[in-house]
Amino acid sequence: MDTEQKLFTVSIYTENNVGLLNRISAIFQRRKINIESINSSVSEIDHVSRWTIVVTISEEQMRKIIGQIEKQVEVIKAYYHTDEETIYQESCLFKIKSDLLFEERTIQNIIKESNARIVTVNREFFVLEKSGRKSEVELLYRELKPFGIMQFVRSGRIAVTKDEMKITQLLEAFASA
Amino acid sequence: MESQVIQKNHQEIVSKPERISGSEAVVRCLLAEGVDVLYGYPGGAIMPVYDELYKYQKQIHHVLVRHEQGATHAAQGYARISGKVGVAIVTSGPGATNLITGIADAQIDSTPLVCITGQVGSHLLGSDAFQETDIVGISTPVTKWNHQITKASEIPEVMAKAFYIAKSGRPGPVLIDITKDAQFEEFDFEYKKCLGIRSYTPTPKSDNSSIEKAAKIINKAQKPLIVWGQGVILGQAEEEFTAVIEKAGIPSAWTILGASAIPSSHPLNVGMVGMHGNYAPNKLTNECDVLIAIGMRFDDRVTGNLATYAKQAKIIHFEIDPAEVNKNVKADVAVLGDAKETLSKLLVLLNSNSHPKWHQQFKDLYQIEYDAIIKNDLYPTKDGLTMGEVLKEINVQSKGNAAIVSDVGQHQMIACRYANFNKSKSNITSGGLGTMGFALPAAIGAKMAAPNREVVAVIGDGGYQMTIQELGTIFQTQVPVKIVVLNNNFLGMVRQWQQLFFDKRYASTEMTNPNFVQIAEGYSIKAKQVNKREDLASSVREMMAHDGPYFLEVCVEKEANVFPMIPTGASVSEIRLS
Repeated sequence: MDTEQKLFTVSIYTENNVGLLNRISAIFQRRKINIESINSSVSEIDHVSRWTIVVTISEEQMRKIIGQIEKQVEVIKAYYHTDEETIYQESCLFKIKSDLLFEERTIQNIIKESNARIVTVNREFFVLEKSGRKSEVELLYRELKPFGIMQFVRSGRIAVTKDEMKITQLLEAFASA
Repeated sequence: MESQVIQKNHQEIVSKPERISGSEAVVRCLLAEGVDVLYGYPGGAIMPVYDELYKYQKQIHHVLVRHEQGATHAAQGYARISGKVGVAIVTSGPGATNLITGIADAQIDSTPLVCITGQVGSHLLGSDAFQETDIVGISTPVTKWNHQITKASEIPEVMAKAFYIAKSGRPGPVLIDITKDAQFEEFDFEYKKCLGIRSYTPTPKSDNSSIEKAAKIINKAQKPLIVWGQGVILGQAEEEFTAVIEKAGIPSAWTILGASAIPSSHPLNVGMVGMHGNYAPNKLTNECDVLIAIGMRFDDRVTGNLATYAKQAKIIHFEIDPAEVNKNVKADVAVLGDAKETLSKLLVLLNSNSHPKWHQQFKDLYQIEYDAIIKNDLYPTKDGLTMGEVLKEINVQSKGNAAIVSDVGQHQMIACRYANFNKSKSNITSGGLGTMGFALPAAIGAKMAAPNREVVAVIGDGGYQMTIQELGTIFQTQVPVKIVVLNNNFLGMVRQWQQLFFDKRYASTEMTNPNFVQIAEGYSIKAKQVNKREDLASSVREMMAHDGPYFLEVCVEKEANVFPMIPTGASVSEIRLS
């Protein structure tokens, strides 16, 4: 159903220009839609940025918003996908007291089993990094929470699509026109 | 494998390199884009450009408005009557923020504007410097594009892009913010016109199969109805549009911004749709079997309740902006592209038709509206002047050749309903944003862009006082606009709603007005007040014949209402005659 609320991953290819964040987020803001996560990075094409935005809205709203995003002069192309259509990951960092690493056997097991990676260790704290799906990150958080977490931060989702997005062809068509 | 594509806009070289300042470059860019008039207000952060405007004053006419909002509306009036890009130039801070209403108006009504704002020196950005404001941030949601320039060398390319973006595809406002140091800096100036931007497709490619599908449906239709909007005018598709409706014999109704694309007197012109539109096209929207929307966006003031809007009809939507398709009304067939191109392709596929029975339905409903409303609006027998009879008198005196610039409210609805238009681009009004204060400055811009046309501003007493200071601009430039204020001493449309929906609680809608004639005379503008019906015709005649600006105040009935009316949230078929 078009009006059912669903989680969508929005992928946007844009020129790398100042101010686009405002322009794109304003499209969500004016419809009072909460952005669950947003990520901006370089893409596979030089000088082209790629945005990954996660929102929970109806597909009908999603289509209209994609139209309004694509309409922005510096947006090359925008897509939306469901979880099934993408490969997605997010990562997180935990800062935890170093004593725990040596004193609590369970923590060592949790780290091993979760495939988390120790980024750094010093006398006071160690930093644990974990990439994966949101559920995996959340599970690790729940497991570590009882021991005391000094700091926790999670990134936004990044995703690639199973289907091709044909941005290069689009840009080449322009260059040769 | 993804390969690298070098970012490069399509350009056309216009001038050879020359070492000049950024501020001179701004003026040279304007000249290269064919700008002959700009509307603005100087101030600290834009002074270097004004210094160049002083040097170039023979080539480019700067009109000093009395408030920056007036600059945007004047530029809008200029753009709407000419189809060219209107230009406004102001300083930073309050100068820039005062543009916002006009920019928002231009954005929602698809008017091509380039607004240039001065900005504090780049070393001061973000420091809360004197007259610093983040105008790029502020204007982002209401501009088609905006950009801040901090180096002189960016000026030519950014200015070229600004004009290209403002004018191409679905037009809109662009804002360029230029720091003061970039204005002073010298560089090797070279101008190349922008011919394309890789991330921007102004006009989507039309696809023949959708046009064929549309033609098939139209050819089979028994009761087709066309609703056209400003897309026909912006696409300069008036001829193609006329050919289509004449060949297929389709009754055609207009949105406010579409008005004047074909003459008011055209036999297939069945009037205006929407809240205060005509009875027949509104009612029959819910009876037609095919609704063909051309260059319009199904605004809520046009559709009324969407759940009951043309549900029985197949919808065909001709549209340049893909984001408008299926936004409000789901289209059975969407024809993307420029109206001029798609309509000429459609024309050859259409069968000749005339639909006489269907036309008769429009005529019958028109007669009902005429007897209930139009007759009393245009030929009142009771005391008290009506807004309608003033418009009728303007029609008579101008022979339908005037461009009517209206403000917002009751008088606007009356002007749109009753003004006769012979020529396209003649109805200049604030449609989407509903900006009171639009008309007076917009009329200045319109008259300057089309000096050979009669330009009559029709304004209410409320909206007039929102930008009344532009009388100063008229005084200084002597631009011969005709100003008609329809004075009912009320914010009439709000009062009408209070009467109908708020049990006549007239909260803050009655106005104690000044002596408008004296105010106009203070600016040495010839002025007159009319109270009696017997003086109306001669006064309008005198106004039209007057060589120079003229102010005419018509004291109309205080508590008259505009009908027909579709109450908010009601269906188009529930349109009320009283």
